Amino acid sequence: MEAHAHASVGHAELEIPYNVHPRPDTGVYNGKLGVWLFLASEVMLFGALFSSLILLRTGAESWPRGYEFLNIKLATFNTFILILSSVTVVMAWSHLRLGNLKKGRIYISATILCALIFLTAKGFEYSHEFHEGRFPKTNNFLGIYFTMTGLHGLHILGGVIVFLYFLGPGAKMWAKEPERYTNRIEIVGLYWHFVDLVWIFLFPILYLM
Amino acid sequence: MTDPAAAVEAGVDVHEHAGIGDPNAHHHSPEHILKEMRLYLVIFVSLAALTAITVFAFYQLKTYPVKVAITVALIIATIKGSLVAGFFMHLLSEKKVIYGILILTVIFFIFLMALPVSHHANPFGS
Repeated sequence: MEAHAHASVGHAELEIPYNVHPRPDTGVYNGKLGVWLFLASEVMLFGALFSSLILLRTGAESWPRGYEFLNIKLATFNTFILILSSVTVVMAWSHLRLGNLKKGRIYISATILCALIFLTAKGFEYSHEFHEGRFPKTNNFLGIYFTMTGLHGLHILGGVIVFLYFLGPGAKMWAKEPERYTNRIEIVGLYWHFVDLVWIFLFPILYLM
Repeated sequence: MTDPAAAVEAGVDVHEHAGIGDPNAHHHSPEHILKEMRLYLVIFVSLAALTAITVFAFYQLKTYPVKVAITVALIIATIKGSLVAGFFMHLLSEKKVIYGILILTVIFFIFLMALPVSHHANPFGS
């Protein structure tokens, strides 16, 4: 039994406890608690950048408007894509809970595809900005724009790498521990929703104001 | 050893761990999961509609003062964020320990957002 795994010290294989079932004193399995703590630190990371943006904007005599030169149509398209990817993640998790690995993997693949479309569109945007001579050093707005969207893009890339792992070698876990694999998809999904959440605020603040 | 009282406090079903039975078993039933999946699609449509409303409102409010545009955009973004956090991240039915972490995070986040305000209230350097 998982809860008594710590007692199996004498056995050949030592199991890490509470990977599947909730730890009685917290009510959640350890991985989930760990991801929420990580997300709390992520809130502070992006919070510091949002705070910097407010400081720069309110302290500036004039502030460039993103909508005057940024590609709103492409950013709106990317917003839809990211929302769609959030749905594909929860659908993957739901199908895994139903015991359907095949559909779970299809939805994980759809999530990766959405992420790659997002990054490609972002690449086009960056390329256009550079071509127009707009770089992070150009002004404070572009400095914070490239910092925030760049950091967000790195988070998307990180998510893609994790999803690719769970689609490929990480999926072997399903054969022996399907519940643990399902939990892993749930917690990478939590991370992915957070990345979506950040974009939900970045989009209007950088592009529409 | 785990304190059973602490487990109850954390909202854990101690019976499940004692092997007595799981009163929340219906949450894992295929019917419940299928119902959740339909709800996810409704949330997706709502988020897509709110995104369209955000862009529509932007074009409508372009001539209005910036404060109005910022307020409207942030209200819509907050509604969208609440839908993602509440339904996709299951914060509507999470355990107390997660709420505790998030309350602490929100307090520090508010502090971070208040820093620029304190900067502008600071007479030094003006």
